[in-house]
Amino acid sequence: MITILYFAWLRERVGLNEEALALPGGHVSVADLTDMLAARGGGYASAFQNRRTIRCAVNQEFADATAVIRDGDEVAFFPPVTGG
Amino acid sequence: MARIVVSETDFDVGAEIAALTAGRTDIGGIGCFIGTVRDAVPQAGTPIVTALTLEHYPAMTERAIQRITAEAERRWSLLGCTVIHRVGRMQPGENIVLVLAASAHRQAALDATAFLIDWLKTKAPFWKREDLADGGSIWVEARDADDAAAARWQTQ
Repeated sequence: MITILYFAWLRERVGLNEEALALPGGHVSVADLTDMLAARGGGYASAFQNRRTIRCAVNQEFADATAVIRDGDEVAFFPPVTGG
Repeated sequence: MARIVVSETDFDVGAEIAALTAGRTDIGGIGCFIGTVRDAVPQAGTPIVTALTLEHYPAMTERAIQRITAEAERRWSLLGCTVIHRVGRMQPGENIVLVLAASAHRQAALDATAFLIDWLKTKAPFWKREDLADGGSIWVEARDADDAAAARWQTQ
């Protein structure tokens, strides 16, 4: 299982703070996980429709689309950061 | 070495400077940046902001800030460094973020302060949502100018 967290407008569109997901095959790239989630339709499709506006972290480190997610990892999806 | 605080509570700038410099006589200058909530939106005709909510990624936030302060300490000879970032709901005029950087000389203190806030804006997991006077709310979009400000430190 992996844990997926959502922040800011991704959280609002998906309608969840977090969820658990069983990984078929034990690992997946960030890009492939994004495609899997977008394919669920509804709020997920809305949240993930513009990939350029989505950032990702794997185990609390910023990760790009090619990063590999493994069983037990914590993955977070969020918009570009706007703190400070 | 850096003091890092992420909290809903407001900070006392004077007390933070006093804590940074307590018992020290080697500090020659302290750079200070304070970010505050403004109610005016740059675009004409846009409703004013009535409140700002800062969301963050608690498990990642302090670690991301530690990376940023460690990079500042690597680049400049700092004698002290404080980063306080508030989260939660704030009213216009309230403090959001405090950056202090102390050094023997002003240039390191001022440059490190600018670096810290530029990287905080682009490399720490915070998101701002503005409540507007017309009852709506919007997530603040990342600005190209912030990316450019952060990028000017990349080559150094």
